[in-house]
Parts: sequence; C-alpha cells; structure tokens
Amino acid sequence: MRNIDSFTHTKGESVYLDDIPLIAGTLFAAVYDSPVAHGKIINIDLSEAKSSKGVVGVFTYKDIPGENQVGGIIADEELLAEKHVHFCGMPMVLVIAESPELARAAAKKVKAEIQVLHIITDPREAKEKNELIVPPRTFKCGETGQAWKNCAYVFEGRADSNGQEHLYIETQGAYAVPQENNSIKIFSSTQGPTAVQRCCSRVLGYSMHQIEVDVTRLGGGFGGKEDQANVWAALCAMGASLLKRPVKFSLDRMEDMRMTGKRHPYSSDYKIGLDRNYKILAYEVDFYQNAGASADLSPAVLERTLFHCTNSYFIPNVKATAWSCRTNLPPNTAFRGFGGPQGMFVIESAIAHAADELGISSSEIQKKNLLKTGDTFPYGQIAESEANECWSKAEELYGIEKLKSDIEKYNKENFQSKKGMAFMPICFGISFTKTLMNQARSLVHIYTDGSISISTGAVEMGQGVNTKILQVASQTFSVSTDRIKINTTNTSRIANTSPSAASATADLNGRATQMACDALLQRLLQIAADELKVSPDQLTLKREVVCIKGIESDIDWKKLVMLAYVKRISLSEHAHYATPEINFDASKEKGHPFAYHVYGTAVITVTVDCLRGTYEFESIKVIHDAGSSMNQIVDRGQCEGGIVQGIGWMTMEEIIYDKEGKLRSNALSTYKVPDIYSVPKEIQLHFLNTGKDNLAVFRSKAVGEPPLMYGIGAFFALRNAIIAFNTSARPSFSSPMTPEKVLMNLYPKKILEIESKN
Amino acid sequence: MIKFILNDKEISTEASSGMTLLDFIRYDRHLSGTKIGCREGDCGACTILVGQLKNDEIDYRSATSCLMPLGNANGKHIVTVEGINFAGLNPIQQSMSDEGATQCGFCTPGFVVSLTGFCMQKNYNDVISSIDGNICRCTGYKSIERAAMKISELLKDRNEINVIDFAIKKKIIPEYFSTIKKRLFDLSLHVNGSGGINKIDSSVFVGGGTDLYVQKHEEMVHSVSHYLSDIMGMNGIREENGKCIVGGSVTVTDLIESSIIRKIFPHFLKYSKLVSSTPIRNMATLGGNFVNASPIGDYTVYFLALNTSVLLKDGKKSREVLLKDFYKGYKSLDKLPGEYISEIHFPIPGQGTLFNFEKVSKRTNLDIASVNSAIQITVKNEIIINVNVSAGGVGPIPMFLNRTSEFLNGKKLSESIIQEACLIAGEEISPISDSRGSATYKRFLLQQLIKAHFISLFQSIRPEKLQSAYEEY
Repeated sequence: MRNIDSFTHTKGESVYLDDIPLIAGTLFAAVYDSPVAHGKIINIDLSEAKSSKGVVGVFTYKDIPGENQVGGIIADEELLAEKHVHFCGMPMVLVIAESPELARAAAKKVKAEIQVLHIITDPREAKEKNELIVPPRTFKCGETGQAWKNCAYVFEGRADSNGQEHLYIETQGAYAVPQENNSIKIFSSTQGPTAVQRCCSRVLGYSMHQIEVDVTRLGGGFGGKEDQANVWAALCAMGASLLKRPVKFSLDRMEDMRMTGKRHPYSSDYKIGLDRNYKILAYEVDFYQNAGASADLSPAVLERTLFHCTNSYFIPNVKATAWSCRTNLPPNTAFRGFGGPQGMFVIESAIAHAADELGISSSEIQKKNLLKTGDTFPYGQIAESEANECWSKAEELYGIEKLKSDIEKYNKENFQSKKGMAFMPICFGISFTKTLMNQARSLVHIYTDGSISISTGAVEMGQGVNTKILQVASQTFSVSTDRIKINTTNTSRIANTSPSAASATADLNGRATQMACDALLQRLLQIAADELKVSPDQLTLKREVVCIKGIESDIDWKKLVMLAYVKRISLSEHAHYATPEINFDASKEKGHPFAYHVYGTAVITVTVDCLRGTYEFESIKVIHDAGSSMNQIVDRGQCEGGIVQGIGWMTMEEIIYDKEGKLRSNALSTYKVPDIYSVPKEIQLHFLNTGKDNLAVFRSKAVGEPPLMYGIGAFFALRNAIIAFNTSARPSFSSPMTPEKVLMNLYPKKILEIESKN
Repeated sequence: MIKFILNDKEISTEASSGMTLLDFIRYDRHLSGTKIGCREGDCGACTILVGQLKNDEIDYRSATSCLMPLGNANGKHIVTVEGINFAGLNPIQQSMSDEGATQCGFCTPGFVVSLTGFCMQKNYNDVISSIDGNICRCTGYKSIERAAMKISELLKDRNEINVIDFAIKKKIIPEYFSTIKKRLFDLSLHVNGSGGINKIDSSVFVGGGTDLYVQKHEEMVHSVSHYLSDIMGMNGIREENGKCIVGGSVTVTDLIESSIIRKIFPHFLKYSKLVSSTPIRNMATLGGNFVNASPIGDYTVYFLALNTSVLLKDGKKSREVLLKDFYKGYKSLDKLPGEYISEIHFPIPGQGTLFNFEKVSKRTNLDIASVNSAIQITVKNEIIINVNVSAGGVGPIPMFLNRTSEFLNGKKLSESIIQEACLIAGEEISPISDSRGSATYKRFLLQQLIKAHFISLFQSIRPEKLQSAYEEY
C-alpha cells in the first residue's frame, strides 16, 4: 500500500507548521542567543531592542511565569540563561514583534556583556575534569581480566566518531495560541507532544490539562525533534501567555543548526582479544560521550551505546564503561540509532584493527563471531538471532566470492583507482530502554455513516506510521481504507504519549489500535449475531460485509454500524497497549529490555580515485530481517533512507566546532548531506521474511533505525580501498572519512613532508 | 511596479523588488506548497519554474525562489506546485506516489516542480540532472530515481516541435499553459527592459542574485537594485575577431546551451556538472561569479586560465581589465561602485590548445570546492609552448598561478617537470584551514590536481611515474 500522505505531499498540500494559516494578531518570536560558549553574564542591555521597530515584548528569565527549566531526564537546562551561558547558541533573551523580520532585527540589538570562562569541547578533557552529566555506567559479562591470558592476540586502540546534524528539511518551530480559561493550544513540530506539553506547563506554571499540543506532521525529525522541540514551544507559550496573543517561531536554518544539539560525537578506547581461530574472547571499551552542555537525552543515549557495544557478535567476556561528558556545545540529543551506531563503530574498528594486524579480512572475524540463537548479550537477554541467516543469505544471493575476486582483479589492474569492500552486520534492540515508556494508546471512533477516525500518540514524520496504523484498522475491520482517517496527534485526545522514537512507534501505537479495533469488532459482531440469531463465533467481517461461516449475510458495514448506534452500543474505543515481557534492572545492568532484535547484513563497495582522494559507492547489498513486512514500500523506503543517512554520517557529513565552541559547519553550504549523485549507484535490498512470531505489529519488525547502521560499512570499505593503494597505510578510526581524510591517508608520508615545510 | 504571471494569474505588485520571490509566494500570495528549507539555494525545497519568451517560444527553467529577487520575476511566468496541480495527480506526482518517493513530504513539491520543468525542456537527456539541486533527507533517493525513470519514459514518444503542447496533452501541466505565450507577449509591452544604466548611484547590481542573497540576505531585501537581466544586449554569446564575447548577464545554463561554447570546450557540460546545481546554474551569471570575487569561484578559476578580460561600464565610459588583474585582495576588485561587467572576452584557443578543469569538494556535486584548478596548454613536439594555470581555494583571491605557468613555458613535457611545477605552485599559494579542509590538505590537493591536469590531457604522462617520486609511503 502507498503512503497515504503521498497525495497531498506531491501536490504541496500537506500542512506543516509554517503552513498553518495565521490567526489575526499573531506575533513572532526571535531569540538572542549566546555568542560565547561558556561565560558569566555581566550585563544584558535590552534598551535598543525594546525600542526597535515593531517590538511588542522583550523578555528574559526574570519574566518566566513558572520554572526556568526545560531539562527532561535531569533538571539541568535553563530555558533562558540566568547567570551563566554554557554553549554558543544558548537562548538568553526572547523578543516578540509584529513580524519575524522585525523580531530578528530587534534580537540583534540586544547587547550582552559576558565574561568568557574556560571552554571545553573535548569529552576526554571533560572526563579528566570530572564534568560528568551522570555517573559512569558499566555493562559486564564474564571476566575480561581473566580472559586476556587466554587470548592469542590482543589489540588496543582508539576510535572516534563525529556528530551528525539531523537536517530535517523542515526546521524546528512552534505556534502558541491562547485559549479561554488560561489555556494554551500549541502547534509544534515535535516527535514528543507530551514532552512539549510537560515542558510548557513547567515553564508557565500551568497544569498539564491547560495545555493542548497538536501535531499534524513533521518535515523530518530523525530524533532531532524528540526533546529539542520543547524550547521553541516553551518560548512561544511564554510569549503567548504574557502578551495574550498568538506567538509563532519558525527557526531559520542557521538558527536551527546553531542552537540545537546533534548526534553525539564519541571518543572511545578499545581492547580486543581473540584466540588462534579468531574467536573474540574478550572486549573492553571505554566510551567518552560528548553530551554538550546539559543532559537532554544523553544518559539514555549512553545506555543504548552500551546495549549495542558488541553489535551482532557473541563475546563471552565484556566490560564496557560509558561516561557522559559535559562540554560547552549545544546539548546533543537523539538521532536515529540513539547511541547504538556509536557503539557499533567502535567494535567494528576493533575488528578492523585486529584484521589489519593479522593480515586477514575483517569479514573472517565478523563471520566467525556472529550471534547464535541462545547466546547471551552482555546485558543478560538471550538472543533469538537471525545474524547468521542474514550473513549467509547475503553471501549466497549476492555472489560475494565473485565480488571479492572481481575487486582483487580490478585493484591489480588499476594503479590510480582502487576498490574496497566491507561487510556490515547489524543487531538492534527494539523497545525504549526505559521500560515504562513502552506503552501507547489509541482512540478509535466509528461514526454513524461508517467512517472511522483514529487518534494515537504516533507522530507522522515521513516514517509512514500513519499508513501502517491505517492498514491495521482496515485489515482488522475489513473495511476500505477510504473510510479511515488518521487524525493529528493531540494531547487532549491521547494523553501521556511516549515520543515517536526508538523505532517502536508503529509497534506500540499499531498494537493499541489493533486492540481498540478488535474490541469494537467484537461488539459489532455480537450485535450482528443477535440480529441474525447465530452465535458470534460464526461471524466474520469480510470486505465490509458480515459473513456467516464465510457466507455473506445482508448486513454490511454501514448497516452494522447503524444497528449498533440504534441499540445504544458504544462506537468508540480507547485501548491501551504495554509491551509484555520486557524488564531491566539498572542496578545490576541485566534484564530483558527489548521486545526483539532486528538483524541484517550489508555488503558495501566503493571506488576511490587515489589521485584526487574522491570516491563513489558502487553498491550496497543488504539482507534485512523485517520479520514479515506489512508494507514493503514503506519498509524499503526506511531502509534506503537509513542506509544513505548512515553513509552520510560516515563520509561527508562533518560537524566542525572551533576551539571556542562555535559551529563552523553552520549552513547547508558548509555541512553537506548526501545528494542524488553521492548515494550508491545501486542499493539492493532483500527482506529476510522469517514468518516467525514476534512482538511487532502484524509481525512486521520495526524498521526506523536499524538500517542506518549498514552505513557504517562505508567507512570500512573506504579504509580497505586506501590500504589496497598503500599497503602500509593504517588510517585511524576517525569518522567521517571525507575526501580530505582519504587523500591524507593515501599519502601519509607526503602529508608529513608538507606539514614540516609549512 | 512589478508585473508577471504567477501560475494562471497576472500579478502586478508594489512590493519591494528586493524581497525574495519565495517570501512573496508564501506570505503575500499564501501559496504554501513552495517550502523553505535553507534560504541559500542548497536544498531545492523552494524550487519554482521561470518561463521567459525566447525566439517566440517560452523557455522554462527551474530556479530556487529563495535566491530570486522579486524584481527578477518582472515580465516572466512563475510556476509553483499549485500551478501544476490538477484535481488528481499528474503523471509525475503519480510516479512519486507509486514508487514511495515521498516520505516526510517536505522536499517533495520541489522535486515535482523540477521534474515538471524537465518535461518542458526542449533538449532533454538526463532526468536525474533536473533534480540535482533537490535535497531529500528521508528517502535515500532511490525511490525518487525510480520515479524519475518512469517520467523520462513518458517523453520517449515526444514530437520535439512543441514541448508545452505535448506536456498539456500528457496532462503533465494544465491547459492554461497554452495561453501563457500570448499573455507574456502582452505583458512584455508593459515591462520593457531599461535599455541600459544611465545613472551612477550607490545601488547594487544584481545578476542572478545567487550569492548576494546568501551572503547579504537582509540588506538585499531592502536594497534598491539594478537588475542586470533587464538590460538589453547583455544576454548574448558571440564570436568576433577570434574572440568569444559573453554578455554580462549570460547565465551558466546559457553557456552550457551555447553552440559556440560547446565548440570551444567539448567538455563544458561535464565541468559544469561539478558546479552548483541545475536551478542555480539557471540563475547564476558568469559576470556575477567574477564580481563576487570568491577565492574559490569555479568559473572565475576556469576563465582565469583563458586570458579572459572583462569590459566594465558605468553608463558612460567603458574600460577593459584582464581578469587576472581584476582581483586586488580578498573580495577587493579593480572596479568602481558604479561599474558593472557588461561583457566578458576571451581569445578562442587555436587547434591543438588543450584545456582541463579540476575540482574537489567534500561532496562532488552542489558543493563549494576545497580546491579547484584550470589549465590551458599548448604543446608542440613535446615542448610546452604556452600554458596558463589557475587555482582557487589556495589564497585570498582566485589565483592565476604566474610562477608555475612561467616555469612550465618552454619546458619539455615530462613527469619530472610536472613534479617541479607542483613544488613551485606550492610556493605561490597561501591556503588557510576552514570548513573545506586544512591548509595542508589544500596544498597537497593542488599538487594532485595539477598532476590530474596532465594525466587527463596527455596519454604520455604515466601516473605511476608521476606519483612514484613521492611514494615511499
């Protein structure tokens, strides 16, 4: 089934935040944000800003009606800076004016005197200075201390992965409209309507029921609008409540890039030990997460790094410790994969390191150590693995042996151009690691004309969740999809929602919808049974008609609905779903945190121009464990999109902060995401449809985040091509592998020569 | 008063000519299908089509409305996604829907508009190049490629005579497009070009606006500007006395489509694909690239190797300046405030003169170069008898590599001479570290690009030999 939004999308008729028709009297917000990454505020002069044309209000933290606090997990983030600023881009002053242009012009007239304090941008320095967001956490299994002596080979090294800008094409924004009785309605471009509601209620000193958050759709989220949509909504809500007029703030691109957090950069130290047969016996790793200036979601991201530190390998002895390090960068946040990719990059680096030294291909080690069903993860959950199935199927279906020999031949015949290949197996756990968040609700109304309206906590941001939810209802009732409408996500209709994140949105909200539809269906069939004077278990609904033992009766859907209404039977249902089986004990760091895992294997091939350092990806061939995909168009789209985003993270997407903590890659001209020419020429994708039972909706496994991690293979394919050119090169494990790094790694001696001369 | 046709409607507005067409479309006309993604021409979410009468036909080209001043819409047909829509989906929209080529949907109208523009091109070949200025963060592009291929199929049985009629027949664009030609002609009677600039004042000259609106967005919105595209006689490309003369407001796309340019540079299209994107090339002028004085300007570096000169006018006087003498320092030009480039001249190279252009950037397409370089070289009997080498990204101005060129002149072509030239080039440059690479990288990259020039142009130059001197890894 096609994405149900594709009709309005292609016509430009879908409504995003900036497209909402304005209410007369609407004002516009802008902020003055800190030009300094760390400092003490000596003075803020607002006089010029206040007298600037069109200005209606200029506010600081002193004007906040409630609490000056937007921290979600930890209350460590001010909405507007009070005494200190902690990152470049930290909001200090809220300006409200008659137009966005006037608001921005006035914000520029704020004069702040800030005494600069020591600026930290490196997580290792923060760790040394004990600047930690939360105490470190350690996942352990076996005894690494004992295991080293059983290892034939032990290698130690360092791996660094850079951050990543979400670059949702629709920037952050909110629109707050005052309502009667001290209430506010907020339109927000957020993945977490409840988070916005909670944050705004805290800032305004309102109860949650005074705030209604409504989300139609997002022009992309990728994690960037899970927690970080809160600030803009809170600022609009504050302006609206103080001025009693609607206030809107739609960030421009540079504001968005400068003021919001990104994927966490990590710096890590690893130690890996293998036996003579290349079985990994022990793995130790220390992760230094660059959290930015405040917690945001960093502790949760950190946790998932630990969960995925062994990727899809079974390692009997593991000790993984993670530090969340406070630096003077914008608070880093959720981004597709949520710390998992950063953890996987390190184990893959450790394996590549071992392979380099042993003179073998990484794939020999990778294949030998894949998880088998029954193996235990370092956190105690028993694997139901598809890792070997995916790997073998990839080898077989894609003719990997031939691919390998073709590459060898090519590299022998070409001097200036080299090919590299890498395998990238993945294993990703599905569920929020915070168990309590694994709950959702769905509200289903059937109207007397037979049309159906569904509200859930799911936010549509391109991932196709509304399409899947519509499929659930359509299949459960056996009615035409035309009868069903998926509503905006609204906190007054569905309360206490978990954010649309963790790949779990379709599972949680789809299951809740299935339960609501099932309950309604049972009630309706009972009515039909009464009417037809048969037992309800003989009845089914098929293509909008009630069937008795499979044979059509004269009661169709519309008639059935009307019968229920006449008999005063409820045509509405509100269902609640909580994922069963999952648990986690953080005091022991053990449990069964995931409903299931998603597996897969990718094989990626690149050609490097060894004269210029540029490269092109030839192909990525993937076997992906989809369970039983309920929508191949949507799931394929998620896979292809995730893969390309992952390749972008590993190749051209380079976040650059200078030593003063200023973002240098602050626009689309300096921060490059993949364009149509830079994606692999070929993406082959094959779903491993296992048909096995699982906890996914319609057994269709979650697909949002896992494919991103196939992109990690891009780094290692490039590295292999570099080594094919220069066999003594040992490119450091530092992503992204930009053309600059490729060229520098191809000719390390030459580079040293130039450096010594200039 | 600015007059143009927006979709099916004649517009005449007193709005500031400096405001962007994007803001006019969205906030004045409330057509919200055109999206704001970056406001610097780098994402294509705001793509529109600009139709212009040319030789009694309408030529439609895509443009990013975020960089287009309203003033440049004067007398033209502007098409947004709303102007393409039918009650149902057109074949482009249908293909995008069928192939799952839309996820969050925010970039989608931009793709639809670009692809519609493709269907109205007279000489079309590569459907993908029509969407090379559109960024999608969701799909990974494969589904969009699949949709684009279907669209390309649509045009297979097209009779080339009237592309607009064909697109109407295939229900790609609505019926009203058949009325536009006459309406534009009627409009042209009211919006005559200014015929030249007679008054020297402090106002800004705007060519395509593709850099001015990135660098000085807010100033431009309120500026009083001269729109050079309005001036008659600045649009042509011609040959004269062994010279090629390019009008000051000729766009890059005009160059690509020019048979004169194609004859001189058979690879012009290939090189141009490395420079920005289709909608930007449709807007950007060569003169604008020169005056912008970016140390990394791709066409500036290209034309520096060609002994190019510019003809400056101020409405009364005119003077000619060699392009390599035009740059005095970072963003500083041998140009008075009232002067503008009315023409660009370069000698047409003779038989046997070779040319090559190289560019490396973080992303190969639609990106600013880390380093770029051009060479024009004539070799007779293995002796280099004339050579010009230029480079960008390695100093405060787009550089003509004087010493390197001088060194090479008269030398016998060999690998070792090239290596020596690389070292000399290293002495005349002063790159800095920035988001496009470290100084060391840029130094090394320029050497590599100089080698690449020779490897690309001369089969006798063997890469193994050229690199080996340095390669005790």
